[in-house]
Amino acid sequence: MGAIDVKLPAALASECGGARHLTVDLPPGATLADVLDQIDARHPRLGRRLRDEAGHLRRYVNIYIGDDESRRLQGLATPVDGHDLQILPSIAGGA
Amino acid sequence: MAYLVLIGTRKGLFTARSDDRAHWSVDGPVKLDDDGFTAVAEIYAAACDPATGRVLIGADTFFGPSIWHSDDHAATWSEPQNTPMAFPQDLPYRPLDFSETAGIDQPDSDKTNTVKRIWQLAFGPGDRVWAGVEPTSLWTSDDGGQTFTFNQALWDHPQHTTWASGAGGPAVHTIVPDPTDPDTLTVAISSGGIYQTHDDGKTWTGITQGITVDYGPDEAPESGQCIHKVTRDAAGTLFTQSHGPAYRATRPDGGWTNISATLPSNFGFAIVAHPTRPGTVMAWPVGESMDRTPPDHRIGAWRTTDNGETWTPWGTGLPEEPYYGTVMRDGACTDAAADDPGWYFGTRCGDVWTADDSTGEWRLIAAHLPDVLCVRAMETP
Repeated sequence: MGAIDVKLPAALASECGGARHLTVDLPPGATLADVLDQIDARHPRLGRRLRDEAGHLRRYVNIYIGDDESRRLQGLATPVDGHDLQILPSIAGGA
Repeated sequence: MAYLVLIGTRKGLFTARSDDRAHWSVDGPVKLDDDGFTAVAEIYAAACDPATGRVLIGADTFFGPSIWHSDDHAATWSEPQNTPMAFPQDLPYRPLDFSETAGIDQPDSDKTNTVKRIWQLAFGPGDRVWAGVEPTSLWTSDDGGQTFTFNQALWDHPQHTTWASGAGGPAVHTIVPDPTDPDTLTVAISSGGIYQTHDDGKTWTGITQGITVDYGPDEAPESGQCIHKVTRDAAGTLFTQSHGPAYRATRPDGGWTNISATLPSNFGFAIVAHPTRPGTVMAWPVGESMDRTPPDHRIGAWRTTDNGETWTPWGTGLPEEPYYGTVMRDGACTDAAADDPGWYFGTRCGDVWTADDSTGEWRLIAAHLPDVLCVRAMETP
């Protein structure tokens, strides 16, 4: 499949040395879970900000595959299919 | 000596420092992480280790819970690269509440055991740290709070079927080490009861029998009571504030004695034993279960010096006008200073006070913070 770009929110940039973009190389057929597994391996603290220990996406973490939010697709099983990803935290600070 | 106070609130950690407990410098909300999202985290758990100077913070962020530590008296903070605690993934899922047990799905339930919130951190001997967590579980660290191991024996206790979720969630919220015996530990669960181990967590005994309830079908159940806090005095006597009266147990297997006769109410959360005087305990009563304001709308601490037989209001300097904020279960502590311990408490109105044990003169450390969830203090060089 090749490389895709993963855009990070400012609130997580320090986990990658301040970078707002990660490049992830993927094999054909790779899913969102495969992308997150790679992020886990390279940046474990960033990885656990995104998923809990059971591997589920955290409640306030939203990941767009191309123009679509992953929960509206097949969740972590969604094929990435060459699309870039954008990670967006919910605006959920409350009062 | 100087003093450091860690104030965990609904919106971040605040710190207060003083050389004399009279004049305070307050900072916060503290950015524990480099990006700063912890400045809006809920801080339920803080712990100080005067022996090493290490402090720990359990922060519940919207990127999940984690634990930060500082070895320079809260000047700088570090977080482990790898997750400090993770449930074994082969552990059968345990529903969070009776309603879920009955088949009523909870919002956001993914039917997996995952760490939802860190409720309590406590230092033990050496590098030992314990953590009390939601869902109801106890964890042990032997590297100063970097990585934790799940305690299977407490999770598997046969009485776990009587445990349920309090309003705050199902959790081990209280951990009471025994400074005379590293193998002995007392923990409390809401709702669930009080449990004790004498073999470093390999086996657990429920010791809540004798604490009565008015909210269940059985007035004196063997377990399942909603325990709000437990404290241990210098002689080893345990005191607890339940979702009802306060109790005392000189020997847990000898039962519990109701000690609320002269308290202004049969309800409260925070209760803290004097660090060196046996039988001296402070409590911060709340009106009642259905009136979560201070009795007569007067904020104040009550003190016993005779093991709870008699309680009297303690100290001067607190507001005379009506006050509606209560003290949560971890909202009070002492700094355990050897010569003259300082007492501290914070309220859901965001006010934090301190008083020297020798004078009882309450002084305001900080006002109008976010609602205070926990307060911990220690002497620093």
